[in-house]
Amino acid sequence: MALEVKGATKKFGGFTAVDDLHLSVDQGQMYGFLGANGAGKTTTFRMILGLLDPTEGEVRWNGKSITYASSPEIGYLPEERGLYPKMKVEEQLIYLAQLRKMPKSEAKKQMEHWLDRFEVPHYATKKVEELSKGNQQKIQLIAALLHNPSLLILDEPFSGLDPVNVEMLKSAILDFQKQGATIIFSSHRMDHVEELCDDMSILDHGKVVVSGSIREVKRSFGKQNVRIKMDSELSGLADVHGVENYTATHDGALFRISDETAAERLLEEALKLGKLRHFAIEEPSLEEIFIAKVGKAYA
Amino acid sequence: MHNFWIIFKQAFMPKAKTKSFIITTVIVAAAFFLMANLPNIISVFQGSEEDGSVLHVVDETGELFPQFQQQLEVADSDTQAMQTELSEQELTEGIREGSIEAYLVLEQGEQLSARYVAESANEFTGDIESALQAMQTAQTAETLELSEEEMTSLFMPVSFERETVSESSKSQEELSQARGLVYILIMLIYVAVIYYPNMIAMEVANEKSSRVMEILISSVSPVKHMFAKIAGVGTLGILQMLIFGLAGYTAIKTAGTDLTEGFFSVFGFSDVKIETFLFAVLFFLLGYFLYAVLAALLGSLVSRTEDVQQLMLPMMFLIIIASLIAFSGIGMPEATYVTIASYIPFFTPLVMFLRVGMLDLPLWEPLLAIAIMLATIGLLGWFGARVYRGGVLMYGSSQSLKDIRKAIRLGNNK
Repeated sequence: MALEVKGATKKFGGFTAVDDLHLSVDQGQMYGFLGANGAGKTTTFRMILGLLDPTEGEVRWNGKSITYASSPEIGYLPEERGLYPKMKVEEQLIYLAQLRKMPKSEAKKQMEHWLDRFEVPHYATKKVEELSKGNQQKIQLIAALLHNPSLLILDEPFSGLDPVNVEMLKSAILDFQKQGATIIFSSHRMDHVEELCDDMSILDHGKVVVSGSIREVKRSFGKQNVRIKMDSELSGLADVHGVENYTATHDGALFRISDETAAERLLEEALKLGKLRHFAIEEPSLEEIFIAKVGKAYA
Repeated sequence: MHNFWIIFKQAFMPKAKTKSFIITTVIVAAAFFLMANLPNIISVFQGSEEDGSVLHVVDETGELFPQFQQQLEVADSDTQAMQTELSEQELTEGIREGSIEAYLVLEQGEQLSARYVAESANEFTGDIESALQAMQTAQTAETLELSEEEMTSLFMPVSFERETVSESSKSQEELSQARGLVYILIMLIYVAVIYYPNMIAMEVANEKSSRVMEILISSVSPVKHMFAKIAGVGTLGILQMLIFGLAGYTAIKTAGTDLTEGFFSVFGFSDVKIETFLFAVLFFLLGYFLYAVLAALLGSLVSRTEDVQQLMLPMMFLIIIASLIAFSGIGMPEATYVTIASYIPFFTPLVMFLRVGMLDLPLWEPLLAIAIMLATIGLLGWFGARVYRGGVLMYGSSQSLKDIRKAIRLGNNK
């Protein structure tokens, strides 16, 4: 296990921000955190980074606790983006890499590589405040991975980006993972977690409500969707035993069912109604799981 | 240690290269040269008037004028007298036209009498009067037929000396000689302990408000970050102060006058001792560290740079009180309240320096004050580091000193 969090709990006075968090991420894996605002994601990251000490429990990185001695191995993209507004891009990227103990010449080389990769080499001599928000975010990501960390922590890396830039950053992060880096990231975009992560957990009010590999999470959710496409009126099928939810679509209906036997009953009933064009059992999306576990208000 | 130097350099180099830093340094250094050369500059402007200040003397007897001129010389007077053949009417005309400043009519009757005629009555005639008075006395002495001895004793000047009882006290003359230098140095220390710690607080608040702080302290420990920054800005301060000191010293040495006349006779620079400079550097450093730690602590509590000044206010009051004591104490450095204040660490840099500069203190007094300051800096450094560690992670709307407790609690968990 590269990164292990064992029963980490963080209390601020009477308030428990993170409650008994267990987590283990293998070397080279990507781990996703889902959670609403205030769920405890940032506090968890700060504990992993060593900025906050857990009230109880511990965090281990390759078997050791994380101190400032391990700072060259760690890269961090905070949720609240932070760069010196009045400093030139190249100056601050090199400064931040130097703080993580990368030699200046090496930092410069890496910086040029990443600026090229993100198609913004001409921003090197500009001040950060002159850049657009999306471009600032690219610089912020470069600041997090310039020094070649083996553990990369990304707090909401894709928020506020246009789809083209999201793809660009996603592919960069995936390449970085292929080089062997362990990556933890948080998001409230379920599709990003679904697409990128091996394992994940959903946090709610400091507690892990669901965790495991994405397949496990979906399977253990137990509920599945049945999509039926046919021309007949389908609202009657909502009364079939095991159907929890019925939603009409433009060419049929979507049913949420509590177990697989309900799918069989649905198929039987549907065939009685007329000609069936399409029948499929679908896995639930993370979004559905998230809403079911955490509540609609956050979605 | 590696990181320390990188932050140190980052706190020092960009600022030393800014235009505002270079321009301020040059302007202040130039001001020193201007001040040191003030007497020269004044005399250049006065030089043109000197020709007009010749006193025309009408002396029909022909005997009085040489005596008068002799007395003026004895009194070391600036007045230049010249015997004239012109009539009074012509002289009066000259005064109206402005070609003559004033004239004096000397007459010998029973007694010596004189009339001074000038355009207005506000001209200073003290030295002329005393010259005439001396002539009169000499004449009277002659008519009384006094002996040589009696004459000498009549003109014997009074012996007048000031003595001081306190041992540490310098003579009035020595005080005056030191005052100007001490005043300027106190001024510099005062400005420095306001300016540089403010810079620190602004920087810290800036890094917090731009949120780059979170990246910094995930790379480097907050305590290291804080002290490296303080050291970096401190070095910048030393550099600037050294330039000022060097400029001031060169200015005094090259000014061509010894800066003892007129204004400088009570505000002197003639007693320039190397110890005074050394103590100035020492107290600048101590004062800077004390206030810089305090400023970093306060800066770490705010989330927005706009709130810095508000939180810095109590600290500013401390410095202002210190300066009030120091500047009022410059006239009476032995006052009890000055002595007491010089041991209070927040006042020591200004007030103890004043006492060291103005008085001949036994060495243990400044050393004791320095020891108290060092202990305070150590204590404040320890406390400040604890607040800083939590403060930099804290974001919120309420910005008051109460947040110190919250910050310690947050930092404590670390």
